[in-house]
Amino acid sequence: MSILDRKIDDPELKRATETLTPDRIEQVINSVLQGETGARLKAYSEICMRCGMCAPACHYCVSHDMDPSYSPVGKVEQTMGLMLRKNGRLSPAEVYGMAQIAYTECNLCRRCVHYCPIGVDTGYIISTVRRICHKLGVTPLYIQDTAHSHSATMNQMWVKEDEWTDSLQWQEDEARDEFPGLRIPLDVEGADIFYSVIAPEPKFRTQLIYQAAAILHHVGADWTMPSTPGWDNSDMCMFTGDFEMMGRLKRSHFEAAQKLKVKRIVMGECGHAFRSVYDVGNRWLGWKNHPVPIVHSVEFFWELFHEGKIRLAKKFEEPVTIHDPCNIIRGRGLMDKLREVTHALCTNVIEMSPTREHNFCCAAGGGVINCGPPFKGVRLEGNRIKADQLRNTGVKVVVAPCHNCHGGLEDIIHHYQLGIHTKFLGDLIYECMEKPEPE
Amino acid sequence: MNALYNFATGPLAWAAFAIFIGGSIYRIWSMIQLAKQKEAAFISYMSWPYALRSIFRWFIPFGTLGWKENPGITVATFLFHICLLVLVIFTPGHEVMWDYAFGISYPTLPEVVADGLTLVAIGAACFFVHRRLTNAQVRYVTTKADWIALGIAAAPFLTGFLASQQFGDGQIMTLLHVLSGEAMLVAIPFTRLSHALFQPFARAYIGSEFGAVRHVQDW
Ligand code: SF4
Ligand code: SF4
Repeated sequence: MSILDRKIDDPELKRATETLTPDRIEQVINSVLQGETGARLKAYSEICMRCGMCAPACHYCVSHDMDPSYSPVGKVEQTMGLMLRKNGRLSPAEVYGMAQIAYTECNLCRRCVHYCPIGVDTGYIISTVRRICHKLGVTPLYIQDTAHSHSATMNQMWVKEDEWTDSLQWQEDEARDEFPGLRIPLDVEGADIFYSVIAPEPKFRTQLIYQAAAILHHVGADWTMPSTPGWDNSDMCMFTGDFEMMGRLKRSHFEAAQKLKVKRIVMGECGHAFRSVYDVGNRWLGWKNHPVPIVHSVEFFWELFHEGKIRLAKKFEEPVTIHDPCNIIRGRGLMDKLREVTHALCTNVIEMSPTREHNFCCAAGGGVINCGPPFKGVRLEGNRIKADQLRNTGVKVVVAPCHNCHGGLEDIIHHYQLGIHTKFLGDLIYECMEKPEPE
Repeated sequence: MNALYNFATGPLAWAAFAIFIGGSIYRIWSMIQLAKQKEAAFISYMSWPYALRSIFRWFIPFGTLGWKENPGITVATFLFHICLLVLVIFTPGHEVMWDYAFGISYPTLPEVVADGLTLVAIGAACFFVHRRLTNAQVRYVTTKADWIALGIAAAPFLTGFLASQQFGDGQIMTLLHVLSGEAMLVAIPFTRLSHALFQPFARAYIGSEFGAVRHVQDW
């Protein structure tokens, strides 16, 4: 099967490709290939042995009964391979297919790296394909909307400045009923911790800010959030290929922290944002190390448990399993810390198989879930293996410290009728920690 | 015939080695220049310990997830490359050439062992061919370049074996063996066989990324 047999209607992909001409396509592709790529792409495209060893790595391929057009090398062949073979002279229809593969059929999860004897980084190749699509102006509608939001508001969800501080004050208000004296401190200069979140938190999951505030209050942290842009650590521009905007976002995030002269940034439970601040955006800006130290909340929670700062009133008794988010596991090696925290909270942890850095992706990451409803089926059918993995544990609760994973897993759980609930670590800590007696 | 043979093992052999060595150095040098020019941000994360860790790990058959989940290709790949290296150096006929050209002599494998290893390599090559034809994921991405690379890599074994068995006109087979070996040398820097040159770099890079930046293993 090829991508043209499974073309999905996306209004923006359609509109954008209709305006393209072969000359324009050729010029843009070659400008990126010559201007922005180098030894990695050259070596990968020359020395990939077309051995197909990476095929069983990819959840899309496995979930489609090993359909070769979903294998990592198969997807590279239909995108970068096609461009190289045709010296960039693609038809608009081919560009449509290429964009559909790059944005919706690869999560950039890098599981395939564990399978390739050569060391080909398919995630990098597909990112480069997306970069080309971005420069051609060909991106799926929904994710492009979030990218536009980033450039207009410096956050992903069109949250206005007053709405941001309103949400925080509203959560502070609510939380003070339960935790008298709790504050969500804004713009505190010199605080130990700058807490940053992704924009969907104030927009849709405000209770997570409530919980984070409760936990930070419980451990007596010296923390703050900024009232100005830079509070959002998320980054859909990294995934659309709009690297210029990615750079602006990361700069604004770090600068917000620098202006407040905080000791470090602690981020909420999100994977893609971590990838962006830790691994991708910083390099684009030319920073080898981060101007402000940054930790993911899994690591932060682990520290709190190690220092004995979290006092638990109870443990979570129901059996749970752990989903390892690619971006903080394959991206930062937090698998041991994630386990230690989960075991500290739960009495019964049942591991999936495979697990840790070999875990299958949730199929939401890499911006795929952000491509919106037209492509929901791609994720659901493309990750049957994850449903099998979850079902085989027999548990009814899965711990996943990442927003994307939550969205993806919830869709899979619903579609395959698994009857499982997803939990953040913050949910569990909030649920199990000691709380003041209600007055 | 003799003149042709002398030419193939004399000037042509020198030329093949010169192209192989010069070409390899040039390719590696220009690739490093390109990386320095375009990807400094990525080279800056290179780490010797993690690079070597990755390279050694992938040298262990079944030592990585990729090797474990692809057992057939794993066995064939290791056998093919081991036989290639051992035979290139320790075949009696090759040692004679070294001795003749440079006065270097060293112990070699008995003929029958060399023949056995050659058959093993041919068997592995047959497996590669079979897999390319029958495995859906491999067939989907196979191009002419893959067949050429495989043909060039397998030919010296086939001709070497036939020559040692005195198949047909022994001298013609030996000549073909010499020519196919030279073709392989020349092809290494300029075809997909360049994985021999660049695989260690690609591994070193991804090993460094995974080890030094992402704090995780790449296998
Ligand atoms: S989804 Fe993951 S395993 Fe599949 S090709 Fe993309 S990076 Fe590789
Ligand atoms: S495993 Fe590596 S070398 Fe083999 S086909 Fe996949 S990307 Fe290419």
